Amino acid sequence: MGKLEILNLNQSFPRDDGTRLAVLENISLEVQDEEFVCILGSSGCGKTTLLRLIAGLDTAGSGRVILDGEEIRGTSPKVGMVFQEYSLFPWRSVIDNIAFGLEMRGIAKDERYRIAERYLNLVNLSQFRTSYPSELSGGMRQRVAVARALALDPVLLLMDEPFGALDAQTRNMLQKELLDIWEATKKTIVFITHSVDEAVYLSDRIIVLTPRPGRICRIFPVDLPRPRDRTSPEFAKVRRGVLDLINQNCAIQ
Amino acid sequence: MSIIGIRVHTIREQWPGALAIVVALIFWECYAAFITRNSFLLPGPADVLLAFISLAEKGILLTDFEVSMTHFAIGLILALIIGIPIGIAMGWNRRADEFLNPLIEILRPIPPLAWIPFAIIWFGFTPVSAGFVIFMGAVFPILINTYAGFQGVSRIFVEAGRMLGCTRTLDQIRYIAFPAALPSVVSGIRIATGVGWMCLVAAELFGVSNNGLGKDLWFYYDLHQMDSVVVYMLILGLIGLAIDMVFRYYIDRHFLKWRTGEVA
Repeated sequence: MGKLEILNLNQSFPRDDGTRLAVLENISLEVQDEEFVCILGSSGCGKTTLLRLIAGLDTAGSGRVILDGEEIRGTSPKVGMVFQEYSLFPWRSVIDNIAFGLEMRGIAKDERYRIAERYLNLVNLSQFRTSYPSELSGGMRQRVAVARALALDPVLLLMDEPFGALDAQTRNMLQKELLDIWEATKKTIVFITHSVDEAVYLSDRIIVLTPRPGRICRIFPVDLPRPRDRTSPEFAKVRRGVLDLINQNCAIQ
Repeated sequence: MSIIGIRVHTIREQWPGALAIVVALIFWECYAAFITRNSFLLPGPADVLLAFISLAEKGILLTDFEVSMTHFAIGLILALIIGIPIGIAMGWNRRADEFLNPLIEILRPIPPLAWIPFAIIWFGFTPVSAGFVIFMGAVFPILINTYAGFQGVSRIFVEAGRMLGCTRTLDQIRYIAFPAALPSVVSGIRIATGVGWMCLVAAELFGVSNNGLGKDLWFYYDLHQMDSVVVYMLILGLIGLAIDMVFRYYIDRHFLKWRTGEVA
């Protein structure tokens, strides 16, 4: 299971002059089990803030986040996260990075390496088992980060522009691999991006946020069958639809 | 070229350095033999070698070495026991930082040797007294570097850890902040060994023991045997170098090997 409900979420931060800056306004959203949802918005629209609230890393000003009927009040092993920046522990080898969460849960050494090995294979990096993160390319690091988040078998995987820093080819390849992993593991995925192309390629539904303060402008279902062809006319049509929507309705007012 | 983690220089790489040492020795010998011609004012390398042989035959050097290493170990171990936890507390917790920072900043600039009177009053003429002076020199580099290392721990590592179930403060320190800060902590310890070693001669000067490299350096000065004084000077220098080599070639490579590919 991995059903996510977000109810009337609001978040604001204090400003120097004593007033508060509203970052998220009245966000309500439901994400179904095993659904792949992209949250799309320009930089500064509160995408990351929203994801951090779902992750339990921050506490909302008001509103609730509910996962499988339970309110999220802090980080939980049921929720995994892949960060935008490189977040692998540089002092741990690839396999020890993947096994970290299992180690924190007190799982015995043999068992945790056995599980970690499986996720290492899932992201096709078995030959880099004992390498350190500094020896890996950006794309490989993010694949390890995905494996590390999955190793605890969360029901919900959160991804904060995980491929944003990668070159276009690597990015396309990782998007494809991510969809394969999603098919294989059946997680609910909430993926943040500012790339329309990425959102259309990956998601079942695209949640378009307005610029600050972030509100849900429109929810855009993508009905194209997978695997999707970026160069097909249908793909282009959906893309244009999303872009038009952003330009007409969700731009700065 | 590297064999079992120790860098081995070829003769080719090393000859300019070796040449400089040989030239300095020749110059020193000539200056002592033909210009000063006074082994009290400037003993030559040959005098020093003879003095070394006679000291070695007496078996006194090994005793000196053991006594000095005891003083040094007392000082350094105390500095680690006290410097690292305080550095961690200040680097991790802002309240502890605000609380202790002014105190540390006042104590830190006091030269370690200025503590000698209190070392004698508090600990008497014991090895602990010498250890205390070395401690005063070694503790601040360790504390400050541990503090800086912990302050510099990237927030993203702590948050990634929280997402993976590392939520208790002690676990966050042990599994995330400490390994992340380790390069800084290690370089603090390395600086501390250097500073502590420099305090050694003065720490032994006031008679905390009958032996010791620093103690006997002064002893032979009182006897006006300057060739023996030079022997002790060179031994002190070489041991200091050896301690630093341990850090450069062993500790960095074995404990911090993950950093090799990183841009520091």
